[in-house]
Amino acid sequence: MALPFRKPTRVRPAAPAALLVLAAVGAAFFLLPLIGLLLRTPWAAAWDQLRSPEVLTALRLSLLASFSATAIALVFGVPLAWTLARLTFPGRAVLRAMTVLPMVLPPVVGGVALLLVFGRRGLLGGWLASTFGIHLPFTTAGAIIAETFVAMPFLVITVEAGLRSMDTRFEDAARTLGASRWTVLWRVTLPLVRPSLLAGAVLCWARALGEFGATITFAGNFPGRTQTMPLAVYLALETNPDAAIVLSLVLLAVSLAVLIGLRDRWLGAS
Amino acid sequence: MRLGIGAFELDVDFKVEPGEVVAVLGPNGAGKTSLLRGLAGLLPLDAGRVALEGMVLEEPAAGVFVPSERRPIAMVFQDYLLFPHLTVVENVAFGLRSRGTPRSEATATAHRWLERVALQQEAQRKPASLSGGQAQRVALARALATNPALLLLDEPMAALDASTRVDLRRDLRRHLESFRGVRLLVTHDPVEGMAMADRLVILEQGRVLQSGSPAEVTQHPRSRYVADLVGVNLFRGRASHDVITLAEGGSLTAAGAGGGDVFAVVHPRTVALYRTRPDGTPRNVWEGRALDLDRQGDRVRVQLAGAPRIVAEVTPAAVRELGLDRGDTVWIGVKATEIVVYPA
Repeated sequence: MALPFRKPTRVRPAAPAALLVLAAVGAAFFLLPLIGLLLRTPWAAAWDQLRSPEVLTALRLSLLASFSATAIALVFGVPLAWTLARLTFPGRAVLRAMTVLPMVLPPVVGGVALLLVFGRRGLLGGWLASTFGIHLPFTTAGAIIAETFVAMPFLVITVEAGLRSMDTRFEDAARTLGASRWTVLWRVTLPLVRPSLLAGAVLCWARALGEFGATITFAGNFPGRTQTMPLAVYLALETNPDAAIVLSLVLLAVSLAVLIGLRDRWLGAS
Repeated sequence: MRLGIGAFELDVDFKVEPGEVVAVLGPNGAGKTSLLRGLAGLLPLDAGRVALEGMVLEEPAAGVFVPSERRPIAMVFQDYLLFPHLTVVENVAFGLRSRGTPRSEATATAHRWLERVALQQEAQRKPASLSGGQAQRVALARALATNPALLLLDEPMAALDASTRVDLRRDLRRHLESFRGVRLLVTHDPVEGMAMADRLVILEQGRVLQSGSPAEVTQHPRSRYVADLVGVNLFRGRASHDVITLAEGGSLTAAGAGGGDVFAVVHPRTVALYRTRPDGTPRNVWEGRALDLDRQGDRVRVQLAGAPRIVAEVTPAAVRELGLDRGDTVWIGVKATEIVVYPA
């Protein structure tokens, strides 16, 4: 005698075959370039390439510029994030939109905009040059400014989200214990949003390290002065492809390290 | 003091004597936490005055506002809010450090406080690894270490397991007794309020309904909330020649009711139920319908509709004898001498 109904055996829904094929293509699209890069790496010569003066110069400059950009972003971005998260004032939405704009703006446009402000005939550029003798375009400082412009939004939105999700009653508790607003900020608020600060700083630094468009537009491409790693990779591709591959590999390693460092945050507990 | 948050308005006026433990008792949403936040300076007042030991801390009309961090007030928050990134001893030293005490001195004082609450073993632990009772003691030590003139406690027992609450309440009471300043705790748990406080302040919908010693408040409730807490029937009406005309309809005859606006309290145990109209002793007899029967231990509480509504408490045997069920009609009798009357 047949049972009136079948016992359900399948727990998971069946995946449509077409979906899996498309997903596989999507995954291959990400994986193949990485494999290509690894396959074509001249491993034997890699060490020598890494120690060549051009590579070392670009690496040193990239580290200097990206860390400086991150430091500047921390100094100005954290107060900005705090203002956006904690204060209500007219125009806050507009300010937030302006802050996030560099994330979606083509970096080249950012570079042009920076030139229009800090360039020789820019809004502030002439005044900076005549008053302080500061010339930003086509200098290392210019490269740092360009990277900061593009990377700081990552820090601001990450820290703002952290500040918004934190329990502000901890700040109340600190105040009833006699802590001034400044003490509350340093000893309670910032330590409590430390994960967001770290994540924001790392994201900001990674974005600054990879910055290309705004840097080349605003700061140019001078070895030792404004030629950062991504610029060096692009240039080397024509003259010395092996160097380009090794430099790319270094950047890839850095990106992977960042991803692994933040895996709890992004990849969850899978 | 008066303050408003959105549509909610808190308007309270009471005084606390030096060295007194006062419990503010009220249902959820009565404004208890707002009251504490107002006193602590975390919620600005719209009007009124907060004064402590003769010093005005806040008076909007006079433009006075002392910020939280400069008020001699410490607070134990409902879920304690121990700083998770600091160790236990750093938490306790936080207030002293914030007020400029050098680190070594602050740490030494913090260790002394931890010793007083028997937690010196846990000094270097992080708050996340503490039990609820330990966290409460750390929060208390952290608050008292600043030597406040007023200690505020917001639902200090709410975050604890019911099974440990009785012991921990006794501990808390003991720790509070060793503190000389004014202690003000808010709670929605009447047992907690009566166990810990010298005086109760009943707060409902942002207003003080009653204030007095636990005995006064329970013997002479002045609100439905308190009457329900104590488990008695409360009526309000106008008395004239021993007859009280009730606001909700019906009347009661009470010995020595006097005149004017009065409250009348009838204990459910003194309410008698009959199948037929009784003749004889009870001066108050009316007909009612049983809305609900609720067995509580060796007693059955019977909710009765009628003029007026009343709750009777009878034995299960009496319920059986009456054959009483939900929806049945019974006669209700209350002796005039069992009604406690006091002016409204």
